[in-house]
Amino acid sequence: MKLGRIFREGLVKNNPVLSLLLGLCSTMAVTTSLFNGLGMGLSVTVILCCCNVCISLLRRLIPDSVRIAVYVVIIAGFVTVVDLLLQALLPALSESLGVFIPLIVVNCIIIGRAEAFASRASVPEAFADGLSQGLGYTAVLVIMSVVRELLGSGTFGAGVFNGGAGWQLFPEEYACSYLILPFGGFLTLGCLIALVQHLRTRRSSPESREEGGAC
Amino acid sequence: MLSRIVSVSLSAILAENFIFSRFLGICPFVGVAGCRDTAVGMGLAVTFVMSLASAVCWWVDRLLTALGLAYLQTLAFILVIASLVQFVEMFLRKNIPSLYRSLGIYLPLITTNCAVLGAVLLNAQEGSGFFESVFFGAAAGLGFLLAITLFAEVRERLDYSAECPKCFEGTPISLITAALIALAFMGFRGMKIL
Repeated sequence: MKLGRIFREGLVKNNPVLSLLLGLCSTMAVTTSLFNGLGMGLSVTVILCCCNVCISLLRRLIPDSVRIAVYVVIIAGFVTVVDLLLQALLPALSESLGVFIPLIVVNCIIIGRAEAFASRASVPEAFADGLSQGLGYTAVLVIMSVVRELLGSGTFGAGVFNGGAGWQLFPEEYACSYLILPFGGFLTLGCLIALVQHLRTRRSSPESREEGGAC
Repeated sequence: MLSRIVSVSLSAILAENFIFSRFLGICPFVGVAGCRDTAVGMGLAVTFVMSLASAVCWWVDRLLTALGLAYLQTLAFILVIASLVQFVEMFLRKNIPSLYRSLGIYLPLITTNCAVLGAVLLNAQEGSGFFESVFFGAAAGLGFLLAITLFAEVRERLDYSAECPKCFEGTPISLITAALIALAFMGFRGMKIL
């Protein structure tokens, strides 16, 4: 039914990063390793779901004229909760994401979904939308961080798999460490969006975004 | 004191440029930087709000710490920034209508510009003094202005003259351009300031 469509929209058709170009700062800043990318993506997903549900519940109570301010307060509340939880439970992640966790407050994806969708949808729909948009964002982060980590330091999944060590697929001195630097963030995202545009023009149905082999 | 302020400011403009090395404020950077005039307007508005927000938030941070409410930092800062933007907008509309008209559309966007909140949070994290915070905010804003203007210039030429593969048209080629500028800005990292 409708929920299925919402999911497809968030993951592929209206992917927040690749189609709507929202949340670019964090997309480029944190994707230096799979650990960071996955952590950031999941944090945003959790916050997005909570905010969407909360705003959908309150949608009849929030006066129209101050709605943006109310959304910002709700979002900032959930971001603070997640920030404190990460500091307590996953200090390593919290350390490496640094200022980008509190900056989720101004991530345009969240306020965008609140304004465009959650303020008009029922609770289950708003939850599904939050989940699908969040997972769409996470998917992009994971693709980017796998590419950047692999080419930039020759490892895969350091901090996540293999007891935290990850796998060293080739020696680090052969890796192009520039991809870990800001330069690599812009480059990888540019190539990824180009790949998506290419796939879109080639077939009319924008399916299957495979691993960013173009970069 | 003075040398510290100079070094903080210079590094915020060049070596630690908000856009090219800290990844803050990319959304307006990609979205707005279509032509030079709008880019300059946006950059100036951001610089102004950023310096003001750094000053106000320094006191707010002090107050929260004194009350033992430091965990409300993020919430308090974003509210301060949002109301500051609102006040600036009202003040300009009343007193300097010409400036208001030229900045008009960019002002509300600044609330969700992560560069402003980022500067304030970084100041709080570093525990800088009052003047240092204000100068850091202003310099970070100037760095933003520099980056967005440079990028707009390149992009104007790109739109008219460059030939690129079809799938790279639009955002991808802009991002690759930004990557190359970021590479150039990395050169400033080796610079020892004072």
